[in-house]
Amino acid sequence: MNPEESDQRPALQRKLFDNVWLLLVLGVVLPTLSYTVWGWIELWLVPAAKLP
Amino acid sequence: MTTTVSGGGDVPARAPTGNHPPSMVRTCDTTGLSVCLTSQRFIRWHAVTAVVFLLVGGIGAVLLGLTRWPAVHLLSAEWYYRVLTLHGLDMLIVMILNFEMAILYFAGPVLLNCRLFSAKMAWVCFVMMLGGALMLNAAILSGTSDVLMTSYVPLKASPWFYLGIILLAVGTLIGVINFLATIYIANRDHTYEGSLPLVSFGATAAAIIAVVTLIHGAVVMVPTWLWSMGIIPHIDPAWYRMTWWGLGHMSQQVNVCAMVSVWYLLATMTTGAKPMSQLVCRGAFVLYILFINVASAHHLLVDPGVSAGWKIWNTSYAMYLAVLASMIHGFTVPASVEVAMRKKGYDRGLFGWLFAAPWGNPGFSGFFLSLVIFGFGGGITGVVLGTQQINIMAHNTLRIPGHFHVTVVGGTALAFMAVTYYIVPLIFQREFFAKGLCRLQPWLFAGGITLASIGMSFAGSYGVPRRHWDVDFTGAMFPVSFDSGAHAFLGLLGVGAVIAFTALLLFVLLVVAAVFFGRSNAGSPMEPWHEERQSGGAITVDEHRAPGTMALVVVFLVCFVVYYFANWKWLADVWHVR
Repeated sequence: MNPEESDQRPALQRKLFDNVWLLLVLGVVLPTLSYTVWGWIELWLVPAAKLP
Repeated sequence: MTTTVSGGGDVPARAPTGNHPPSMVRTCDTTGLSVCLTSQRFIRWHAVTAVVFLLVGGIGAVLLGLTRWPAVHLLSAEWYYRVLTLHGLDMLIVMILNFEMAILYFAGPVLLNCRLFSAKMAWVCFVMMLGGALMLNAAILSGTSDVLMTSYVPLKASPWFYLGIILLAVGTLIGVINFLATIYIANRDHTYEGSLPLVSFGATAAAIIAVVTLIHGAVVMVPTWLWSMGIIPHIDPAWYRMTWWGLGHMSQQVNVCAMVSVWYLLATMTTGAKPMSQLVCRGAFVLYILFINVASAHHLLVDPGVSAGWKIWNTSYAMYLAVLASMIHGFTVPASVEVAMRKKGYDRGLFGWLFAAPWGNPGFSGFFLSLVIFGFGGGITGVVLGTQQINIMAHNTLRIPGHFHVTVVGGTALAFMAVTYYIVPLIFQREFFAKGLCRLQPWLFAGGITLASIGMSFAGSYGVPRRHWDVDFTGAMFPVSFDSGAHAFLGLLGVGAVIAFTALLLFVLLVVAAVFFGRSNAGSPMEPWHEERQSGGAITVDEHRAPGTMALVVVFLVCFVVYYFANWKWLADVWHVR
């Protein structure tokens, strides 16, 4: 990207988009919490079936 | 042909020599990019591996298509499930991951004018991925692992099957870490200035998604491997399903991200297009990073263990942000092509730019057909099937494979084929033979896979189950029969599979012929795929106006609304309230 266009982006957005490591952390943590951890908790809370 | 190549229309200011060791870099005679020779070697190895497994998976595809066609019903039940296992894993995991590794080696070292972080890591990655793939294929073909791609427990495969997948996953993770480390040293050594080029940014997004995917793969596959050897007594099936889809579906999101990056690359290489807005395009990739992975929950929409809240949040509210990202890319890519073509003087009417586009260039036709098939076919069906209420009608029917064959095959595989028409001349430095056949191939493949997917989707609408060997349920205790329409659409699936396989075989032959026997173009630019047609000459246009693409967007939205409401109407019709 040319520097002029880069400078037109809001500072916060530029910092976020250029920070690969922050994106990596967010990209791992968000789906892991939303899909995996929440899902595992729900499965863990399912009561064990009782045999008749 | 446009030769001002870049990472999605924007070449970052580059240090003249990058940080390459002497004699480990060459300047591309076509694009002017500095090509790291170590990366070039691994692009070649991974691309060749991808093409080999594409062929193996493709042979599986045509055998399956001819088995699901009731009039042919080619394979025995035993071989059907074996080949289905092989086809799924070779296409969705082995082939695509190898191609994506090749893309990472291009989008990192080559586009950033940087040396590869570690050749040793690249070798470890490649050997583990290849070893894992061979082990996996051997386990399946030995007849000890007929568990399908999902390998849902308590189905138990040979330990070599799970170990093969673990090796593949860990090898890929090492390759992804190598890519991220390359970005780090490129930034540290200032081999580029400003932000990452858009294609590198998209590849980074794919790499980040791959990290989550591969972590899930390790978490689910290591204990299952131990279970297959009797070391662990029990694996909970519900836990397995949820965690496995963290590997199975998230890996397809890596494909989406890599495919979109290839769209931006090919739009630039074939028409000179530049993204209309870097901000918007990058924002869309960030939406992928944050939200696309939760879509794995689609596969659990009829599972009893998880709540409606979990299902609806992960398949609707959060996931729609990723759908928004796809719609943004689906607009900005063709819009950037439209602006580029109008600037060249193809400014007549609403679609003059589209008719004048270089359709004879397989790089362009492949990527544009991939975009259309992915958007109109995969995007619309994906959102509809991912709606919890509608999913109850479609779950485990052939509608699901109908959906993912237009996303992963008509979308991703076709885009990867399209970029191969540039990889071979630019990275292998060999020219293709039979350019007329090269030009035909993307059209043939797109037509075949579209027919096959339509066949699957409509047969699935009649209730035909996915995966099942015998649609007639011969010998079942209760007679089951499907409407003759279902049989007709299964026939269409078979015909489409044969056409798509013919195109796949043609692709493999063209690539092999070029790589091993093609004329070397080292020291000179590649032969152009197309010559610019006569236009009225370059003109000045508003770079933020794309009326033709806007018209296509309206058509897309109308299709979306019609399909969406047709499914809701159909859902209402299945309630026999009198």
